[in-house]
Amino acid sequence: MSYISSNRTPLLSKIATNDGHAEKSPYFDGWKAYDKNPFHPTQNPNGVIQMGLAENQLCFDLVQEWLVNNPKASICTEEGVDKFRDIAIFQDYHGLPEFRNAVAKFMGRVRGDKVRFEPDRIVMSGGATGALELITFCLADPGDAFLVPTPYYPGFDRDLCWRTGARLLPVVCHSSNNFKVTRKALEDAYAKAVEANIRVKGLLITNPSNPLGTILDRDTLKELMSFINEKNIHLVCDEIYAATVFRQPNFVSIAEIIEEDQEYNRNLVHIVYSLSKDMGFPGFRVGIVYSYNNAMVECGRKMSSFGLVSSQTQYLIASMLSDDQFIGKFLLESSGRLATRHKDFTDGLRQVGIKCLNSNAGLFLWMDLRGLLRESTVEAEAALWRVIINDVKLNVSPGSSFHCSEPGWFRVCIANMNEETMKVALTRIREFVLRNGDKPGRKEKSCQSNLRLNFPFRRMEDVMRTPCIMSPHSPIPQSPLVQART
Amino acid sequence: MAIEIEAAPSVQLSRVADSETHGENLAYFAGWKAYDEDPYNEASNPSGVIQMGLAENQVSFDLLEECLEKHSEASTWGKGAPGFRENALFQDYHGLLTFRKAIVSFMEEIRCGGAKFDPERVVLTAGATAANELLTFILADPGDALLVPTPYYPGFDRDLRWRTGVKIVPIVCDSSNNFQITTEALEAAYELAESMNIRVRGVLITNPSNPLGVTISRSVLEDILDFATRKNIHLVSDEIYSGSVFSSSEFVSVAEVLEAREYRASERVHIVYSLSKDLGLPGFRVGTIYSYNDKVVTTARRMSSFTLISSQTQHLLACMLSDKKFAKNYIEINRTRLRKRYERIIDGLRSAGIECLKGNAGLFCWMNLSPLLEKPTRESELDLWRTMLQEVKLNISPGSSCHCSEPGWFRVCFANMSEHTLEVALERIHKYMEQRRT
Repeated sequence: MSYISSNRTPLLSKIATNDGHAEKSPYFDGWKAYDKNPFHPTQNPNGVIQMGLAENQLCFDLVQEWLVNNPKASICTEEGVDKFRDIAIFQDYHGLPEFRNAVAKFMGRVRGDKVRFEPDRIVMSGGATGALELITFCLADPGDAFLVPTPYYPGFDRDLCWRTGARLLPVVCHSSNNFKVTRKALEDAYAKAVEANIRVKGLLITNPSNPLGTILDRDTLKELMSFINEKNIHLVCDEIYAATVFRQPNFVSIAEIIEEDQEYNRNLVHIVYSLSKDMGFPGFRVGIVYSYNNAMVECGRKMSSFGLVSSQTQYLIASMLSDDQFIGKFLLESSGRLATRHKDFTDGLRQVGIKCLNSNAGLFLWMDLRGLLRESTVEAEAALWRVIINDVKLNVSPGSSFHCSEPGWFRVCIANMNEETMKVALTRIREFVLRNGDKPGRKEKSCQSNLRLNFPFRRMEDVMRTPCIMSPHSPIPQSPLVQART
Repeated sequence: MAIEIEAAPSVQLSRVADSETHGENLAYFAGWKAYDEDPYNEASNPSGVIQMGLAENQVSFDLLEECLEKHSEASTWGKGAPGFRENALFQDYHGLLTFRKAIVSFMEEIRCGGAKFDPERVVLTAGATAANELLTFILADPGDALLVPTPYYPGFDRDLRWRTGVKIVPIVCDSSNNFQITTEALEAAYELAESMNIRVRGVLITNPSNPLGVTISRSVLEDILDFATRKNIHLVSDEIYSGSVFSSSEFVSVAEVLEAREYRASERVHIVYSLSKDLGLPGFRVGTIYSYNDKVVTTARRMSSFTLISSQTQHLLACMLSDKKFAKNYIEINRTRLRKRYERIIDGLRSAGIECLKGNAGLFCWMNLSPLLEKPTRESELDLWRTMLQEVKLNISPGSSCHCSEPGWFRVCFANMSEHTLEVALERIHKYMEQRRT
């Protein structure tokens, strides 16, 4: 039904009419392309494969098994329905005690039990999306800024700025040192803000990083702590990918740094967490704000009324996360499967001369396609991205949507599909590379002048002879073509 | 608790964080605290404080549990939980279509088919708390105002104002006409805002009203809609208690008024709904915004990312509410039980010498204790409230916390307790009134 538009329709607010929702970002364009033509192994095998969604779909079988064996965890089953009333009525913004306890325990386990989290400091929110906005409302006035290292998750622009009126200022990082955050970059960003008369209220980091998939080492974390202490600004650590670390070095949480050194001002530190990535439950909207600042906890808790976790979900999660045996098994399996998926993919890419940033966490790869750009520009990157979507039929996310300072990087999600789909994706990449091989006079139909879609392989025949890299039983050969250009 | 680091400069939180606009230092919440410290329990604490300040619906759980039994497998993602994966992954801010359809069907049933709703216009939020705040962000800029009839739900002070920076200008209603909203009062509120240089962006009504427990008549709804049209402002109708009207024929939704007008001027109208009151499921955080304005729907949907409903809960409720027989049956029986409760409390209060506003909906009655006040002042009302809390051991909500213009009125909830507890409460009131007479 559509309604007759009257001559005088009352206006909407500035927030409603600006672009703060950030949906015009290319990050979302790929989603649209996928939505119009989604891949399906049998029904639409030529559709676009979604590699722009950082989801963790590798361990649902384990969760399903647990659910079948634990009917009491649901208030809808015969076994659990006696709890229905109490749970349905429970809207206390402190959250179910068993929920807070279970989450605190889980957070500790994910960090190797090197730190303990206090259930009383746990505040609920509508997913990490809600958590980030809530923290910003509590820490920043409209016009205040947060520093954030680039490249960063596109959602931050909306989450921290849209309704709060806060702003994000980039701390520019470069591939020359693997995008590490340096003291100099922080100081530069801070100085720029001061010059522009912008009040900096905090620094936002994501650790493990999205989109890089890398973790911050201890020294860097300490550097960050001393920086924020010096400037007397807050530190917000989004540790949403904490349990996606699948290989050494081990994850170091900001919580550990705080425990180690009593000189740091804890009142400045706040952690954002969620079960969307580690457990693979984005639909359940389990967001957590964990703050070492009592005033923040108090205020945040009151604010959480705007985004509480459904008590039905709290109850289920409490039950699941307190099952020590299950969680132990889950965390182990999950990181193992991620490691395998990561290796299969990076190997597959390497075989055709495509390198990725060396990473040990996350649900994605940070793929380096700078060599395919004739000019190092955002336009060239966008052109390449269109080719990837339209010709290779993969929705990957262009680095510019993550505010990356260097064009040519792409985030490729690898944990949101099964093995078969992964193989299809790799095959397509491979075929695309072959099609654009080093043959004289060959022109790609959709060739853009700013792209060099000629892969610099000395012997294309070698690529075709390389045994199937997907088989788990055949050793991944040392391809003579490994020398990809940068 | 963490070791406090001494001598560390404390970094300020934001202005929003420091403000008191969350409203938690008011009497409304103070009563909750008193109850928390000494809660009544039939067996273990029969002389504790009886909670009559919480508008919850606990009278129809058996019906829900029965429904669950029938749909158990469906709601737990099927035998062996094959549906779990898809559900756990579902974070699309459009919301589950099955759930939106089910909610629409439920809303239509409540209005006895007097209005039709389109599932594509339903936006989901985690509770009406979030819905009201979200709409405010969309309809008004910081410093602007929404007009709200008094007395109103205390939570609005937080929901509409705290993080949005929007103001509430009261549309003052009084007992001379049973607190009905008049065009004069609307105009007066608008002029007051204008005189303070505040831009009015909309009117927000609650229908049925909290705390009055009365539905707004069709003609008053027409007047309000006309007023909003004249001033070219929005109209938000919070219909969270629509399923709690004691007699189905007495509720007129703004949706029905719009349908009768063939949806002219409807782009300014937005309805808020929730399952917290009608179904008694506040813990599940199920709120909805229904807007006749396309841009509002699109924007609200995007904004709902901050406050989506758990897909697990959407799935459960889709299963339950798609059972139309259950829904129809539930609405009827729930209504009847609420009406019986209401009649009992009115009767009990009357025999104690206390009158209430004539109500026809909701989970509470609007009690008139103004004859008992020492002086017709807010202070006297609060004194009486404290007496009720500390001596009579009943937590009821003072009208001043609802911004009522006349002191002496109290909101008394009756659906959040067993029948026996209600009798205990009535007995205590009786005793108190007797003591006063002697």
